[in-house]
Amino acid sequence: MDVVIWSRLQFAMTAAYHWLFVPLTLGLALVMAIMETLYVVKKDDFWKKTAQFWMKVFAVNFAVGIATGIILEFEFGTNWSNYSWFVGDMFGAPLAIEGILAFFMEATFFAVMFFGWDKVSKRFHLASTWLTGIGATISAYWILVANGWMQNPVGTTFNPDTVRSEMASAAAFWEVISNPVAVSKFFHSVTSGWVTGGVFVVAVSGWYLLKGREKEFAKRSILVGAIVGLVGSGAVMLSGDSSGVHAAEFQPMKLAAAEGLEDGGPRAPFSIVPGVKIPGMLSILATHDLDGFVPGINDILRGYTDNDGNVIPSVAEKMERGRKALDALAVYRELRETNQDSAAVAKAVLDEHVQYMGYGHLEKPEDVVPPVGIVFWAFRFMIGLGMLMALMLLLMGWFTWKDKIENKKWLLVAALWCIPLVYICGQCGWIVAEVGRQPWTIQGLLPVNVAISSLSAGAVKTTFFLFLAIFALFLVIEIRILLATIRKGPQISEN
Amino acid sequence: MTYTFLQNYWWILVSLLGGLLVALMFVQGANLHLGNRRLDDTRKRMILNSTGRKWELTFTTLVTFGGAFFASFPLFYSTSFGGAYWVWVLLLLTFVFQAVSYEFYAKKENLLGVKGFRVALMANGFLAPFLVGTAVGTFFTGSDFTVDKAAIADPASPVISTWGSGWHGLEALAEPHAVLLGLVLVALTALLGALYILKTVDDEPVRKQMHRTVRMVALPFVLLLLTWLVVLLLRNGFAVEADGTVVIEPHKYLHNLLQMPVVLGMVLLGIILVAYGVFLGACTPSRKGFWFAAGGSVLVVMAVFFLAGFNNTAYYPSTADLQSSLTIRNSSSSYFTLTVMSWVSLLIPFVVAYIAYAWHQMDKKKITEEEIQGAGNKY
Repeated sequence: MDVVIWSRLQFAMTAAYHWLFVPLTLGLALVMAIMETLYVVKKDDFWKKTAQFWMKVFAVNFAVGIATGIILEFEFGTNWSNYSWFVGDMFGAPLAIEGILAFFMEATFFAVMFFGWDKVSKRFHLASTWLTGIGATISAYWILVANGWMQNPVGTTFNPDTVRSEMASAAAFWEVISNPVAVSKFFHSVTSGWVTGGVFVVAVSGWYLLKGREKEFAKRSILVGAIVGLVGSGAVMLSGDSSGVHAAEFQPMKLAAAEGLEDGGPRAPFSIVPGVKIPGMLSILATHDLDGFVPGINDILRGYTDNDGNVIPSVAEKMERGRKALDALAVYRELRETNQDSAAVAKAVLDEHVQYMGYGHLEKPEDVVPPVGIVFWAFRFMIGLGMLMALMLLLMGWFTWKDKIENKKWLLVAALWCIPLVYICGQCGWIVAEVGRQPWTIQGLLPVNVAISSLSAGAVKTTFFLFLAIFALFLVIEIRILLATIRKGPQISEN
Repeated sequence: MTYTFLQNYWWILVSLLGGLLVALMFVQGANLHLGNRRLDDTRKRMILNSTGRKWELTFTTLVTFGGAFFASFPLFYSTSFGGAYWVWVLLLLTFVFQAVSYEFYAKKENLLGVKGFRVALMANGFLAPFLVGTAVGTFFTGSDFTVDKAAIADPASPVISTWGSGWHGLEALAEPHAVLLGLVLVALTALLGALYILKTVDDEPVRKQMHRTVRMVALPFVLLLLTWLVVLLLRNGFAVEADGTVVIEPHKYLHNLLQMPVVLGMVLLGIILVAYGVFLGACTPSRKGFWFAAGGSVLVVMAVFFLAGFNNTAYYPSTADLQSSLTIRNSSSSYFTLTVMSWVSLLIPFVVAYIAYAWHQMDKKKITEEEIQGAGNKY
């Protein structure tokens, strides 16, 4: 395997691993902030101890999340050197802002939250708990601005003198941070974290009920967890819907792959599983119009006319124009100082074809098709498991509210199974988003094979296995500590 | 605001973040003292818990330093990170282990035992300042790379920045002057760590050991620093001419120091402050030594960055191809990006203010044996 594959594997592994810890951070932060607020408002020590228990769980999870986040930041440079230069003008800014605005907030107030119970006032402590979660959420926004731009690169233009995408004006930054893809990704990711946090709290609390201990603690935690999780579920569905519309608009190939749609058209069907289809549903979901045209994989390869009447050229034509742009770029770079007239001619050719420059790096038209099977099934698992989570949260919340939950052993056991499932659900979401946009690091502008560093495959392979070993070690330790923390329990004396 | 002004402003900010990062690496320095054989396990845990309330600030400063460098001078990020691969990966690994070590340290389910994570923290305590110092050291010795922006149009080898040495960064360890700066940083952070422990821990045996440590490390630190400085001022530097051509200029950094009196002043004031802080820690019962030494460190590190980047100097020179060298003019982000980022940077004082407030609130009560033996949250 070559360096491109190993670099992709390494980044995918790091990102997937990081996403094991982030959603629980986002979700638990909200759960424990609500609990501590109840403590401060109701002046009930029970809520304090409840919040403190979930904070212990939060702290173990938080550390590994931080540790893996920094790896991602470094890997942009170490493994995606060309990418870092090509997009650095736009991409570095959200990372820097994330550090300044979000990470310091998280880091500062986490320390107050965790160690400050006896050192700072009640209100300052409560503020710190909220600010830890708000910091984590703000950080998600900025990194998803960066990710959203890779999916839908707005607000920048290619500058042949510096050979990179540059911010087109100071106002263009607004386009970047209000990128609709980034906004819906933010809501989708953060609220899916609420679902994860909700499922985790509900399921662990259910385990206490199965064991017949910590009953009061467990029931109150289930109610808070179920509410957070259900609010999250609703928001995930809404933002998922707009994610679908955006994919249709900006990344039609991703949508075609997720649907396994070979040949599209108006009244495109939505596939539940292979062979079971709802006629016209995909057109409604993707364009909010029954007669909306949804291109299939073959349409995109051959070229088509979109719903606004724009003629989208075939991939072969885009590749041809992309090569013209690359050739013109090379000529321009060579002549710009010695022969300005010829350079201007080359520049004009470049400007004419620059929007397809990324396609010039592809070898054959089929390169634009992502691995359909992976994306198709990940999409189905994500939706199916997401609905299952909402159902479980609803039942757990309902029976707890009616105080019948202790008799529902089957539900408590099912809830425990939902812990691994909710993680698989979140991972599937990212697989759809990231595998679905292959081969592009930046949609239409820079394919993965041009985004890399000049390293040997052996070097990246070595670090891949190094990281794999470390990640496995940390995961085992983390799970052992979490299990021990849960077994020990909140130790609240109950009457 | 002109483009030049913005580039200078961001070099100052990156330098400031670099200075703050070094000062905050007192966390790493303090963790190095976990190896002190005269301290028992409880006392080691007091040290651990003292830095345990602060390590995330250091870590976040590192992340922000990286992010700000990426955002303002992306060609450095793509050239150095992708090229000096093993140095950055190694640095990364030590920080990754450090980040989990606090939380895992005292838990009996941690597989590697207390000793395992103590070793991880100490490894980070040495390697983090050593590698950062050595990497910054190459700002003056140069590295083996070329930059060719036209490469992206070449399907056969599209990568713009390529590294010459197959060691991918580890070759810097054979560059004595760069390594020397690594050692200077190890000694400096060890001092800062000891001074920080003196400031926050209320325990006689710990304080006695830390006074002793400050006294022991002070002299080697001064010798290392002076040697590095003298060699720096005598060596050839990488000057940038008006048309952007990079040339070798004898005694370039001495010239920089003399032509930028402000930087000379920063170096002198910084050294005096560090010396005073060390004196307080070594010879008096005062707890305030840390603040002087930390402030002085920020000034000296900023001055080092200024010497590397200002006064028409190439801050990341290439020994393979002089004209590939990075300067703050040819490696920066566009005018608009720097403008937007500059607006964002106005929030930094606000961030510093709430950090200072929270820091003050948390440090009002010193760490004692009772707290470590007590029931509250601790590492």
